[in-house]
Amino acid sequence: MKILVCISKAPDTTTKISFVNNNTEFNNDKVTWIINPYDEWYALVRALELKEANGGTVTIISVGGTDYEAILRKAFAIGADDGVRIDANPTDAYFVANQIATYAKTQGYDLVLCGKETIDYNSSQVGGMIAALMDLPYISLATKLDVAGNEATVECEIEGGKEICSVKLPAVISCQKGMAEARIPNMKGIMAARTKPLQVLPAAASEVLTEIVKYELPAEKTGCKFISPDNVEELVRLLHEEAKVI
Amino acid sequence: MYTDKFEYHDYYLMDELLTDEHKLIRDSVRQWVKKEVSPIIEDYAQRAEFPVHLVKQLGEIGCFGPTIPTEYGGGGLDQISYGLMMMELERCDSGLRSTASVQGSLVMYPIYTYGSEEQRRKYLPKLASGEWLGCFGLTEPSHGSDPGSMITNIKDAGDGKNVILNGAKMWISNAPFAQVAVVWAKNEAGKIQGIIVERGMEGFTTPTTHGKWSLRASATGELVFDNVKVPKENILPNVQGLKGPLGCLSSARYGIAWGALGAALDCYDTALRYSKERIQFGKPIGQFQLTQKKLAEMITEITKAQLLTWRLGVLKNEGRATAAQISMAKRNNVNMAIQIAREGRQILGGMGITGEYSMMRHSMNLESVITYEGTHDIHLLITGQDVTGLNAFK
Ligand SMILES: Cc1cc2nc3c(=O)[nH]c(=O)nc-3n(C[C@H](O)[C@H](O)[C@H](O)COP(=O)(O)OP(=O)(O)OC[C@H]3O[C@@H](n4cnc5c(N)ncnc54)[C@H](O)[C@@H]3O)c2cc1C
Repeated sequence: MKILVCISKAPDTTTKISFVNNNTEFNNDKVTWIINPYDEWYALVRALELKEANGGTVTIISVGGTDYEAILRKAFAIGADDGVRIDANPTDAYFVANQIATYAKTQGYDLVLCGKETIDYNSSQVGGMIAALMDLPYISLATKLDVAGNEATVECEIEGGKEICSVKLPAVISCQKGMAEARIPNMKGIMAARTKPLQVLPAAASEVLTEIVKYELPAEKTGCKFISPDNVEELVRLLHEEAKVI
Repeated sequence: MYTDKFEYHDYYLMDELLTDEHKLIRDSVRQWVKKEVSPIIEDYAQRAEFPVHLVKQLGEIGCFGPTIPTEYGGGGLDQISYGLMMMELERCDSGLRSTASVQGSLVMYPIYTYGSEEQRRKYLPKLASGEWLGCFGLTEPSHGSDPGSMITNIKDAGDGKNVILNGAKMWISNAPFAQVAVVWAKNEAGKIQGIIVERGMEGFTTPTTHGKWSLRASATGELVFDNVKVPKENILPNVQGLKGPLGCLSSARYGIAWGALGAALDCYDTALRYSKERIQFGKPIGQFQLTQKKLAEMITEITKAQLLTWRLGVLKNEGRATAAQISMAKRNNVNMAIQIAREGRQILGGMGITGEYSMMRHSMNLESVITYEGTHDIHLLITGQDVTGLNAFK
């Protein structure tokens, strides 16, 4: 079985978020980048488990510059066999999906896995777009994935329960919590990562469909105001004039 | 459940001096520590119990003998990788780091460096995987800082095959759980030799040392040899004299310099977070100048130690680090860490006394670390001798 896992980078969850250039660009300074957890903990690890059970290969793919190589190294250390980096700035979801689909179309993968979303922009678009561009079935938000022959059984959470689907391979699946347990690379894996093949390919011509005009931080949390219990009038006044809720 | 909130501090952007692989190694060990060790270590320390189940795991992640070549089961990594691992382990607990230091630098290192090919093949893979735990016997009840005067000895058994080992070693880390001991003893010519003793050999016992207020999650014991018959093939063939054990100590002390940095970082991180959260007199205690003085001095000392340690790692990778340079780093960093643990504990007030925070445990652990592998004063005398050319030990 040939599995392709899409790997994106994301700022570490403890990052202090700020913007530059008149709030039009994310400030990369002092940011620690990690593999997007949904890609790493669920998509990649489940791919490795499927490979361990059924044989085959796990290839990772990223659209990004040389700054992606540290996270690709980690994915190799966790166990991916080989990798592809499309050497381009991952401008928007369509651009990224188009690059991955263009590459994957000719490679005969049985499964293309990605995380349910990237924890920075949380837009959940790439997986669906890859499926559409490759003309493959797409199942999103999967919490369980099993493969038998050329058919996959996928569990997804739905409002108040779960949905179990079966799908003929090849297919594109986006993965979330529940699918696998995070793996910590060991030194053998880190050593092995040194020699795993990483192909760097130029980007295919593609449009960029969206553009970020401006970023804004959420309004800062304001402190609590305490009003003494015998001053109901003041409370009502504040609720009316400041909070504007009554 | 307990969550380990530790965040690394890199005031001088030293990460830029590390490779992606170094950072991956460091972060992986930290991730393992946070998942497997942080939630349980305080309880083991309180009960003075060695978390023996971690030995196999330490082997699996690759913390035993990371610089030993892969053909013997080691990691084949460089000295900075080794240092970073020790930093992450001791960030959690000096006892955890001690277990790994002893295994890698004091047991695997001498077998690799001074051992025969048969010895390497027999012992190293099992030690690297954590299937076997090893210990290192140098200190004796009456000979600590002056190991050259040891009385443990080997004599020819007269059967052509064995030697007879007699004597006792004291304060030996890992001893109660070890399958193998690298023991330093004098031969009939009065020369110090290394010999590998295995659990089960007749006359060899490892009584546990009880009542420690320090390194409580690490097992310490004695090695007692009462006419133990050891095959001659267990003698390490390629070294004689004090330079054998001292070579091992150089490797371990180097790891301790990194380890102590980890303990200091953990104490600083805890104190810094606490000082922003704890309110007294209507403000966070971190807003008081006296608290800021403590914190500012801590991060200054940590930053200096980070630079010292990194540079020592580069010299060690190039084969240029001297024993005296390693002494300086061990002495400086352990002292720096113990000061930070004590000051940091004060910032936590009464909370610093409890096991809810790691501070008191670090502080007590570091009392051993500042004593073993050459005491604070002995390292000072090594630097003194190096710069003056005059020997204060004689
Ligand atoms: C928890 C723990 C684990 C240990 N693990 C191991 C182990 O695995 N293997 C092992 O072999 N050993 C181990 N040790 C032993 C350790 O290395 C010794 O304790 C250390 O070398 C000091 O020896 P000592 O305790 O006999 O003290 P002493 O040598 O008696 O020193 C006592 C004091 O005298 C001072 N002193 C001694 N000589 C001089 C001098 N010339 N000038 C000035 N001051 C001097 C010392 O600095 C110290 O302050 C361990 C110790 C501890 C506490």
